Amino acid sequence: MLTMLSRIHSLRAISRLSLKRPLGGINFLGARATFSTHNPSYFATNRFTVDEYPYLKRSESFNRLSEKDISYFKSILASSSITQDAEDLEAFNNDWLRKYRGQSKLVLKPSSAEQVSQILKYCNEQRLAVVPQGGNTGLVGGSVPVFDEIVISLSHMSKIRSFDEVSGALVCDAGCILEVLDKYLEERGYIMPLDLGAKGSCHIGGNVATNAGGLRLLRYGSLHGTVLGLEVVLPDGTILDNLSTLRKDNTGYDLKQLFIGSEGTLGIITAVSILSPKRSKATNVALLGLNNFDQLQATFKRSKDELSEILSAFEFWDREAMRLAKQHLVAGAHDPLQSLYPFYILIETSGSNKDHDDEKLNTFLEGLMTDDVIQDGVVAQDSTQIHNLWAIREGIPEACSKAGAVYKYDISMPVPVLYQAVEDMRARLVKEGAIGDGKLFSSVIGYGHVGDGNLHLNVAATEFCKEATDLIEPYIFEWTARHAGSISAEHGLGLSKNNHLHYSKSPSMIQLMRRFKQLIDPNGIMNPYKYLPLV
Amino acid sequence: MSSNLRILVACKRVVDYAVKIRVNAAGTAVETANVKHSMNPFDEIGTEQAIQIKEKSGGKVEVIAVSCGSDKSQETLRTALAMGADRAIFVESAEELQPLAVAKLLKAVVEKEKPDMVILGKQAIDDDSNQTGQMLAGLLNWPQATFASKVELAEKAMTVTREVDGGVETIKTPLPAILTTDLRLNVPRYASLPNIMKAKKKPLTKLTIADLAVDVKPRLETLKVTEPPKRQGGKLVESVDDLVDKLKNEAKVL
Repeated sequence: MLTMLSRIHSLRAISRLSLKRPLGGINFLGARATFSTHNPSYFATNRFTVDEYPYLKRSESFNRLSEKDISYFKSILASSSITQDAEDLEAFNNDWLRKYRGQSKLVLKPSSAEQVSQILKYCNEQRLAVVPQGGNTGLVGGSVPVFDEIVISLSHMSKIRSFDEVSGALVCDAGCILEVLDKYLEERGYIMPLDLGAKGSCHIGGNVATNAGGLRLLRYGSLHGTVLGLEVVLPDGTILDNLSTLRKDNTGYDLKQLFIGSEGTLGIITAVSILSPKRSKATNVALLGLNNFDQLQATFKRSKDELSEILSAFEFWDREAMRLAKQHLVAGAHDPLQSLYPFYILIETSGSNKDHDDEKLNTFLEGLMTDDVIQDGVVAQDSTQIHNLWAIREGIPEACSKAGAVYKYDISMPVPVLYQAVEDMRARLVKEGAIGDGKLFSSVIGYGHVGDGNLHLNVAATEFCKEATDLIEPYIFEWTARHAGSISAEHGLGLSKNNHLHYSKSPSMIQLMRRFKQLIDPNGIMNPYKYLPLV
Repeated sequence: MSSNLRILVACKRVVDYAVKIRVNAAGTAVETANVKHSMNPFDEIGTEQAIQIKEKSGGKVEVIAVSCGSDKSQETLRTALAMGADRAIFVESAEELQPLAVAKLLKAVVEKEKPDMVILGKQAIDDDSNQTGQMLAGLLNWPQATFASKVELAEKAMTVTREVDGGVETIKTPLPAILTTDLRLNVPRYASLPNIMKAKKKPLTKLTIADLAVDVKPRLETLKVTEPPKRQGGKLVESVDDLVDKLKNEAKVL
């Protein structure tokens, strides 16, 4: 950060470009990159996952990596595609939340589906367990090894294969970074149908493998709808070529759906065909301050009525989230609103006609002000302000992570009880005397996607420990099941939620999932110990 | 500082800074149709500065936003009003206005309104001319403080810190004077909903070129507009030898 600031101060060039950095707002993606790749010592103090979760036992059916294996991999990959250096391995063994730390001794970076096929076929025959890894931005420990699994990083597969300017179908390698794809499409008047805070690091393959939701889901739907086809390598080395660009195809079982959200437990996604919508010509963003959750719901209802087809995002966060964001984000500087409010809403509209959208949004917002539904608000006047308002929302996970060891829950439920989860959790910790200065927990934070009924509940503790975990779990999962919700709305299961699957899925469904797994990955080498409940 | 003060702020409507600009097919200008426009960021800083002076002052300060250009420039003025300007003046012109023409128009407005200070962005990000403020100072024969990163007002004078090559320079000038803003002067505020609603009721006066009797004929002719050459993509090298080889034989820098 410091180097960036000094660069800003040394800027004398006075052009459109020179404006970008100083006004650009938070660069938390840059900050992320700094610790994940350039500073291995950042992780050195972390405890290994297996020490933290002693119930995990290495499966005896897997062989340990031998010299013979290494020489095989060297025969098919360039030396720059093989990582064995202990320091370099840290970035692949650790997740960015510093919650999970594996002990892999080998990272392979294939550059084609054929190479992935050769690797998997060999690993399957030799009973070597593997972990597919994209941008490693997951939140449930799904993308890092637990024991000595070989990491297969898709980072060397980052080519765009084709783009259809008429239909908007984009076909690209799995290792393409989401933001790079979005920039590519922007130049052609299109947009990626998904967007999330980690866009500068995450890979499209990882997005699909984890069925990532994100900020545009309200408008463009989930990846189950926007993904048109996949290229997947199965554990036996079969390359499943289903890179269709068709919108309609009712022939046979829709196999790609099985891999979307399978978290690397069935195969490795090597390429994605995805339908991108046209980029809206006019975008508006408003940030609103409200006094209570009833007002928030009223605003949501009215936005569907009055903004209807131009509404493209409806995000919320609470006072605690705003407090942390202000404290930890260097940001586009100052607080947009004059005082702190219990709730904040970020509304985005996207449409084709600015005058039409402006009028709709202004009428809507003035109505809310006049009826006292909202207390205060600002409307972004230019792209810088749009960017900076979004940066607050996108920076909240990062800001929370600076508050300590953060237990993250990502639950979906009917909107009316959305915030009750936060209040009940807070009340529980207060009752137990576990929250406050010098206590185990410092804060309970709520934010998320109101439009999707998706709450991100963050509980900040002084450290990850059994005592803290036991105060939150299984309470939060039972709470969610009681309110007919899902224990993982968009983050997936990985290592942190797999054993709680029964709160959201019936025994017969879990049994069928096991049969699929057994059928496609009979030796269980694909991302073991995760996703399905351990037996 | 407690005496009454009137500040004129120039606000230009430009292609939004985040828009990736394209040259039109004929190679004569930048494409502006169907492209997001906003207030010139340096003018936004100027508007913020005027409002901060108003807020900090004990006396009565009037902030007048002025914009010259097409009908759409009124949107930019509404933004200035929503930020906190008291009233606005819109000088309508369907024709292209070059810096000298704008300086002359502003001079005419200054003669009408008699402000104590005119604040302009140091430049507009569309043409990067960096001339209007200086020309206006020349036409009015007023002192000028350009590239301001800090402004302090005293009785009928101001102390301005300027960003110059290799450091900063602090100057003092009597009022009336011209001030042009640099990037680090302040961070412009957001337009709040209550202020956006109030802004609709604030007075916006429309003037024409004829009203001000100014010759706005262009003095400069644009011959050609071209995009900068495309950057080549980076390449991954396999080894140090490979790198040295490429530096020697491809880049020819060794």
